[in-house]
Amino acid sequence: MNENLFTSFITPMMLGLPLVTLIILFPSLLFPSSNRLINNRLISLQQWALQLMSKQMMSIHNTKGQTWTLMLMSLILFIGSTNLLGLLPHSFTPTTQLSMNLGMAIPLWAGAVITGFRNKTKASLAHFLPQGTPTPLIPMLVIIETISLFIQPMTLAVRLTANITAGHLLIHLIGGATLALTSISPTTALITFIILILLTILEFAVAMIQAYVFTLLVSLYLHDNT
Amino acid sequence: MASVVPLKEKKLLEVKLGELPSWILMRDFTPSGIAGAFQRGYYRYYNKYVNVKKGSIAGLSMVLAAYVFLNYCRSYKELSESLLDCFASGGVSPDRVGLVHRLI
Repeated sequence: MNENLFTSFITPMMLGLPLVTLIILFPSLLFPSSNRLINNRLISLQQWALQLMSKQMMSIHNTKGQTWTLMLMSLILFIGSTNLLGLLPHSFTPTTQLSMNLGMAIPLWAGAVITGFRNKTKASLAHFLPQGTPTPLIPMLVIIETISLFIQPMTLAVRLTANITAGHLLIHLIGGATLALTSISPTTALITFIILILLTILEFAVAMIQAYVFTLLVSLYLHDNT
Repeated sequence: MASVVPLKEKKLLEVKLGELPSWILMRDFTPSGIAGAFQRGYYRYYNKYVNVKKGSIAGLSMVLAAYVFLNYCRSYKELSESLLDCFASGGVSPDRVGLVHRLI
């Protein structure tokens, strides 16, 4: 049963050439750059959205943290556009691959943590022990805080992978069930079709929300450390 | 007024059919030539459909439709094989045979 379902998650290659590189680079075509003051509608829309996101996300940081604006904005644009493009029929979503999400999460998290250790060593180390803990609990709590620190990049990557993969799988399964049911009982097929529509709307939302969550968490780790 | 334009500078639609092979061979196939061709194609599309005063959704949707089509071409082989399995097991995909049997 399972082989059919997971074929859409295989990395696309063509005659041994990595097609996946082209697919990862494709969203950049949809974000043209411009040096004019007044642009065409596509660029104006994107600039408006970018201003909204950067104001909302970067206002909590100090000057040092705001140097990360370019990185975080390109991150949210990349993840959002890749997830949304994955909802098109027959397309391949790079963010379903754990390797790619780990490649995004680990360097960003490590950058934030190492910046914190280099510039504010005492404050970063102080994060390992919440204020006001009773003395006997201290060793255990330090171990727990260390573990929770090191698990942060894993959760970032796995959260994105699992959400997007699960959504795509559900769409495949429910779509297949709808098709199979049309010949047996059209009423049930209609109900399943309505479920499919609701699921697709959910997937659009999830695509954008996951991008936001990823970026927000990275910015929070940054805030702790600048 | 019968000035002969050299073959190299003619555009594709001006080339006669008999001259086509030699015209193709004269094109610039160096990496920078190919990159230039992609760049020119991109800007032709961009300036015609997107970079206009009242651009519409069509400029973006044509690109997405082409993307869907290319992905379909890429996965055609697997899709046709799974269709064959579907018809072999009586109109339902092979992993759903159990579901249909139980529902009937």
